[in-house]
Amino acid sequence: MPDSARAALTGARLAPVSSGAAARRALLESRCANTEETRVTQSDQLILDRGAQTGEAAPARQGGSAGASSAALGGAGDARGERAARRTLRAQVGRLERQLSAIVAERFPYIPASGAEGHAFEAGGEEPSCLGPSLLGLDQLERTRDRLAGRLQELRRLAAERDEHERSAHELLRLMKLEPGRFRDVRLPVSDLGQGGCGVWHVRPRLGLIGMLAGWWQLKLSSGCPLPMGSSPRGGPDSWS
Amino acid sequence: MSAGPPGAPRQRPGPEPRLGWLAQDVEQELPELRLLSCGVQVRRPESLTGPCPRDVRARLHGLSNQFRGARAIGIRREPVPAAYRVFFRQIGLDPDVVRTPIEEAARERMLRGGFLPGELLEDVLLIALLDTGIPVWALATETVDGPLGIRSSAEGERLGRSEDAPALPAGRLVVADGSTPLAVLFGELAPGHRPLAGTRELTLFAIAVAGVPGLYAEEALWACQTALEQP
Repeated sequence: MPDSARAALTGARLAPVSSGAAARRALLESRCANTEETRVTQSDQLILDRGAQTGEAAPARQGGSAGASSAALGGAGDARGERAARRTLRAQVGRLERQLSAIVAERFPYIPASGAEGHAFEAGGEEPSCLGPSLLGLDQLERTRDRLAGRLQELRRLAAERDEHERSAHELLRLMKLEPGRFRDVRLPVSDLGQGGCGVWHVRPRLGLIGMLAGWWQLKLSSGCPLPMGSSPRGGPDSWS
Repeated sequence: MSAGPPGAPRQRPGPEPRLGWLAQDVEQELPELRLLSCGVQVRRPESLTGPCPRDVRARLHGLSNQFRGARAIGIRREPVPAAYRVFFRQIGLDPDVVRTPIEEAARERMLRGGFLPGELLEDVLLIALLDTGIPVWALATETVDGPLGIRSSAEGERLGRSEDAPALPAGRLVVADGSTPLAVLFGELAPGHRPLAGTRELTLFAIAVAGVPGLYAEEALWACQTALEQP
């Protein structure tokens, strides 16, 4: 076993043998701890601020009489500050990911579930998945956060465009209902209204040619999606046994 | 070969779920990450890698009918799958590229029209995943040396103890026993440590991340135990 792996294990914590009530209690405690939302706390921010101050003060201290001990303290403070910064960034990444998921889940299929090829990662260097699962450093977490923020901004723009498109489609439908004669042969798919299915609102002449000549127009909603294989039952999970 | 992390007695995993160890750096950075493992004595007569029996097949059939397209899209907002998505981001994986286990299962369901029956062990783990949202992996107990835990791989380490074990880059998060990485976290298992057709003793492990109640991970392990231990 390599020395570095052994060194990593030296600091490993061992869980108590989970027999009986003690183990149950341990699992319960860990459960309770995990119900808390990960977010940047005031103490995190204080540590960050302190870390930043330590970082600024460190060069001034280096020539002093207590230089070595101060540098050691500064190093410890820096490490603590960096850890707090990473925790903050991880919390930000979590929030951004949840917001992204919410937009995609609410707007699918009008907003794609994943970024278009080449778009998702254009903001920041290496594709994160190339790194594999690892403990990310400050710069990697920052890149991930920035990439997610960029993607979220893009999705919000798409969502706003989609909202505007649907709003104008609803307005058009309202007018088509009021004055069908002004919108002869106009077709408005229900998907433009943000509804599922294959229906289409269509302004058509009443009684065919007679209506066309007489100017009798009406708004009709077509029936749903055509069945791809006729009306016979299709093979699906129910057909296996 | 070392017997595991310092102070860890070498013993076979019991049927009760047991919290695994975390290396110090992992615990400091990801304090809510947990590995739970347990041992299973397989009592089913069927081969683990053979076709799954009728009861497992029926369960998959039921799950296929319950799991539909709307859920496949909305699953990323459910608390447990969302927690895994967030965790993937935090460890450098893009869940839209390397999918979380439950999302990968949902994708397969949509592409193939159902959860098609495959091998017994694979299907039992899939059922636990679909029921709880928690991924479970299985190792052959005879190839595991000491309790399982999570750490970063070191320079020059390999994934598993077999001769054809692939090299691991340094810093990769792995599930390891006392001496060797046995699986990449949320990734592939080491060759030579996977259960074979006739393996009768398994070590199951589940990974719970921040925001996932430990009870869910216990439930996932229990579901697998129950399915494999019944004769």
